[in-house]
Amino acid sequence: MAHQQHMKSDISYREVNEDVVRTMTKSGVGYYIALFLSIAGVVFLWWLPWAYQIYTGQGVTGLQTPVFWGIYLTNFIFWIGISHSGTLLSAILFITQTPWRRSIYRSAEAMTFFSVLTAAVFVFVHMGRPWNFYWTMPYPNQRQIWLNFQSPLMFDVFAISTYMTASMIFLYFGSIPDLAAVRDRVTGWRKELYGALSLGWRGTDAEWHWLNKAYTFFAVLIIPLAVSVHSIVSWDFALSKVPGLNKTIFAPYFVVGAIYSGSAGIVTLMVILRKTLRIEKYITTNHFDKLGMLLLVMSLLWSYINVLEVFTGWYADTSFENEALKYRMFTPPYSYMFWLMIFTNTLMPLLLIFRKLRASILISLIVSLGINVGMWIERYLIITTSLPRKFLPYMWHDYSPSLTEISMTIGSFSFFVMLFLLFIKLWPSVSIYEVKEDIGIPMKKEGH
Amino acid sequence: MGKFLDKILERFKIYRIPGYYEKYDHKWTMVIDLDRCNGCEACVVACNAENNVPVVGKEECGNKRTLNWIRIERYVEGEYPNVKVKFIPIMCQHCGKAPCETACPVYATYHNQDGLNVQVYNRCVGTFTCATYCPYDVRRFNWFTYKRDEPLNQQLNPDVTVREMGVMEKCTFCIQRIRAAKDRAKDENRSIRDGEVQPACVQSCPTGAMTFGDMNDPDSKVFKLAKSQRKYKLLEELNADPSVIYLKRVMKDGSSATHEE
Repeated sequence: MAHQQHMKSDISYREVNEDVVRTMTKSGVGYYIALFLSIAGVVFLWWLPWAYQIYTGQGVTGLQTPVFWGIYLTNFIFWIGISHSGTLLSAILFITQTPWRRSIYRSAEAMTFFSVLTAAVFVFVHMGRPWNFYWTMPYPNQRQIWLNFQSPLMFDVFAISTYMTASMIFLYFGSIPDLAAVRDRVTGWRKELYGALSLGWRGTDAEWHWLNKAYTFFAVLIIPLAVSVHSIVSWDFALSKVPGLNKTIFAPYFVVGAIYSGSAGIVTLMVILRKTLRIEKYITTNHFDKLGMLLLVMSLLWSYINVLEVFTGWYADTSFENEALKYRMFTPPYSYMFWLMIFTNTLMPLLLIFRKLRASILISLIVSLGINVGMWIERYLIITTSLPRKFLPYMWHDYSPSLTEISMTIGSFSFFVMLFLLFIKLWPSVSIYEVKEDIGIPMKKEGH
Repeated sequence: MGKFLDKILERFKIYRIPGYYEKYDHKWTMVIDLDRCNGCEACVVACNAENNVPVVGKEECGNKRTLNWIRIERYVEGEYPNVKVKFIPIMCQHCGKAPCETACPVYATYHNQDGLNVQVYNRCVGTFTCATYCPYDVRRFNWFTYKRDEPLNQQLNPDVTVREMGVMEKCTFCIQRIRAAKDRAKDENRSIRDGEVQPACVQSCPTGAMTFGDMNDPDSKVFKLAKSQRKYKLLEELNADPSVIYLKRVMKDGSSATHEE
């Protein structure tokens, strides 16, 4: 075997199949409790408050005249950011043929799809008249009203819907052989479901050939797409004139931030998955070591751009920019959040310099959770410290989220967890065929 | 086919003429003389009455959700007894290069042929982007469905839409009055006379601090006032090209007191 091995090679092919099918068919009481709680969370913390908001009006939020964007858009960017690593990382690692990708990429891609979905819902939550959402789509209509293609929000609609579709197809294509493998090992309604989903996959040479072609095509397509999506999200802010938002560094800043938070999201997810699904033999400390290196690099890059962002504002030395910076960095409660963000996103990841700490599951979990908290704060600060300090001081007003907004934020996390819980039961969450590639050709008597 | 292509190219050529986009039928402009303004807020009340602006109550006002389309900004400087109070009426500046117009994904706000920045309430989906992009913070949002109790609903102006919950609104320069004047002028086969159109705020101003007119008409009052040495535009450095021109207030000692200094 030419490539480095990342798992114990004494795992047999059958074991892989059985392990993955086991994660899908056997679920304990704990799983159902978790699923029930997450569904309850979605209904009571998200859908019901949202219904209340639609019925009563956006007035139930804490938004007011200068601060028209609040925690909803924070969550939107946060979830788009989380989505950024799964598919992007998977695609980059696929093209560079990195072997440690194989056992983690499936859940990472699912994470992408689910977080884009969560983010997309937040667009509607944020709208004043969400029932008219289809006006933002280019559809032929008798009134001959077209869209404003100058609007960064318009770019958003296209970028996010394209990204969502592409990452969904990418996830699906890569799963087809596994769905077929599952189809051959289950009974009842599952058999029919996976029979339909696997599109009649038989595993012939031609099928593998075309799958590989299509998969490579999507991998290449996804990389520029992912970069463009978060650049475009940043333009929502950077194309305004608001001090603190109007910065040219925003596109790379957001892309780097997105990959950073997304990678941290993957690490957190991997820790949880390998514990709860008992798949420690497929996701090893070696994976955490590699992901830790990635986190370290992204952390340094993010810190550099963050310093640059502050520097540009300070160097411009206009009263507006100075006020925005002062508000963000030295006015409580935002100053506490700002310096907490610096601690979790710049200082704490420095622990990952040491190989021993990178390989430690506990340290990885703490650092990755810290980064995600920090990245959420970053997005929150970008919005809520720029808009309350716009140009005319008479209109300055601080923002604080209302209960409805906070509840929907928690609800969105429930939504994500719910989708994931459903995913691990309905979809092979570890790639069977690629893990087998990694194990290599079995030398023992036990065959496929 | 060749002829058809030529025709299209010919059509596109006019868009390349410098200044094409600035050539509007009218260029409605307001001049506000801060030397005359005494901050009585009559304009605010007149605007509320004319444009069906809801009164939101004490609590919502405290949350900065007042719906006034025009506001008097007050700035207090110094310690008692050396207090200086400056104030300036601010409404939608109808920017020539409006930041809000590029923001709206559905064209709910756009520039019309009179140089006005107009808001189409029916088209608005409520993304808040225009209000966020607006450097003057003049856009107002309908946070709730505002009810008007009997008999207050009887005082609604029939010429103006009552906006529903979830849409953005802002000063229109009383577009209904401009429309009416244009109709009248068209019927009488003439152009609009200077001073024929007066938005509610201008009409109600007791000191005559506000003047409204067509900047394309070199004989108009605003055209002459705009030549004043005291003229300035609010936040001009942002290059939004506002249509509201302020005339600085000059103090006894010769210092000027715009709120910008």
